[in-house]
Amino acid sequence: MSWRELEEAAVVRGGTSSAYLVSGWRVRRPVIDEAKCTNCLICWIFCPEPAIVRREGVKVAIDYDHCKGCGICESECPPKAINMVMEP
Amino acid sequence: MTQLEMARVVALQGDEAVAEAVRQCDVDVVAAYPITPQTIIVEKLAEFVAAGRFGGEFIPVESEHSALSACLGASATGARVFTATSSQGLAYMHEMLYNASGMRMPVVMAVANRALSAPLVLNADHGDMMGSRDSGWIQVYAENVEEIYDRTIQLFRLSEDPRVMLPSAINFEGFILSHDKERVRLINDETVRRFVGRPAPKHRLDPKEPLTFGAIANPDNYYEFRMQQAEAMRHALTVFDETESEFEALSGRRYGAVDAYNTDDADKVAVVNGCAAGTMRAAARGMNSGGERVGVLAIKLYRPFPTGEVASHLRRAKSVVTMDRSMSLGAPSGPIAEDVKSTLRGAGMNQPVTSLVYGIGGRDLSVEDGRKILSLNGKEASPDDTSVMYGVKE
Repeated sequence: MSWRELEEAAVVRGGTSSAYLVSGWRVRRPVIDEAKCTNCLICWIFCPEPAIVRREGVKVAIDYDHCKGCGICESECPPKAINMVMEP
Repeated sequence: MTQLEMARVVALQGDEAVAEAVRQCDVDVVAAYPITPQTIIVEKLAEFVAAGRFGGEFIPVESEHSALSACLGASATGARVFTATSSQGLAYMHEMLYNASGMRMPVVMAVANRALSAPLVLNADHGDMMGSRDSGWIQVYAENVEEIYDRTIQLFRLSEDPRVMLPSAINFEGFILSHDKERVRLINDETVRRFVGRPAPKHRLDPKEPLTFGAIANPDNYYEFRMQQAEAMRHALTVFDETESEFEALSGRRYGAVDAYNTDDADKVAVVNGCAAGTMRAAARGMNSGGERVGVLAIKLYRPFPTGEVASHLRRAKSVVTMDRSMSLGAPSGPIAEDVKSTLRGAGMNQPVTSLVYGIGGRDLSVEDGRKILSLNGKEASPDDTSVMYGVKE
């Protein structure tokens, strides 16, 4: 795009990261063991991305499109219900 | 100026003149950290706040990096902001200087120029601002206290103009100007406020309408954002001139992007910035009354560099001496020398240019020194790869 058309100062509306898919960044993926998960939401609090999804009536799930595979959820999970598994 | 517009004539130090201008300019947020020789600016503003004479927010911060960061946050909301620093403080701000210009925040900053450590020195040279020369800030150098006052007021208008939206710095030598008390014809508050108006940025930070400023760019568009800044700098030349005309209408005072003394009638012209310009004019006047033909070109607006005006004022000179109050170590010559040489070569002029360095770390420059500099025959240094280190102890 020409410099004449670009929005000055790289000003953009908030919320752009939801359109930015980071799935390809992962070496290992978090997998939740539903039997061990108590739905305490510690992983939801610690996840630096919006990659832990809270759902009404059911336990949390992983949004793999926005998970970079950092593993923080695995190390913070009190009942050890999250395991980082090598991507195929 | 009418009786009403002219408030009063007072004696002010350079730093005090900045604080008075900021008080009058309806500034919303000041975030600054005191550093010699800028300290009086921060002290005065704090006094104004304590006395209820300044309506803006004063944020006492723990560092210059935080000072400019706070200014950026405030500026993003559309507030008018100001900060001030010197030397190490400006160096500490360096990272944020580029954020200010890249995010197109019209911050106005006063820099009481002081040489950089080490060794530690409190006195003036332009090494601090020259180290940030390429940061995308508009840079103006003043040579007396009234000019410092006038420029501080003008810079809010210039920076906040929608065609510009770039931060700007008013530079003046530490102690020589920051602490020197001079006569200043103050303009009244009402007139200053009318002149500066209010900032009207296109984007404002607002929790109801979240925006990201300075979002990530990639190799396919970073260059284009920089190009927008280059274009804004080009506009700043025009807006600077317009701003001066409007200011002249209410104050009767105009300085120009350059100030030319006897350049049309001179064989040799010295190009200089900052307070040494007055010293050089005094030297030149004395020499001209003795039958010599010398002139002085003072660079007032350093960035954007007024290339066209510099070229036209140097057209008749048989030789030029450039005076840098900073050292660009390892470079062929000082920053002003480089700018003048490329301006002359670009305009097809080929007269010899002597690059001269002076006044480093606050070393004084007398009228007699000015006379010696204007008497250099041009053979003291080979033109393109060395500088005359004027006044250094051999």
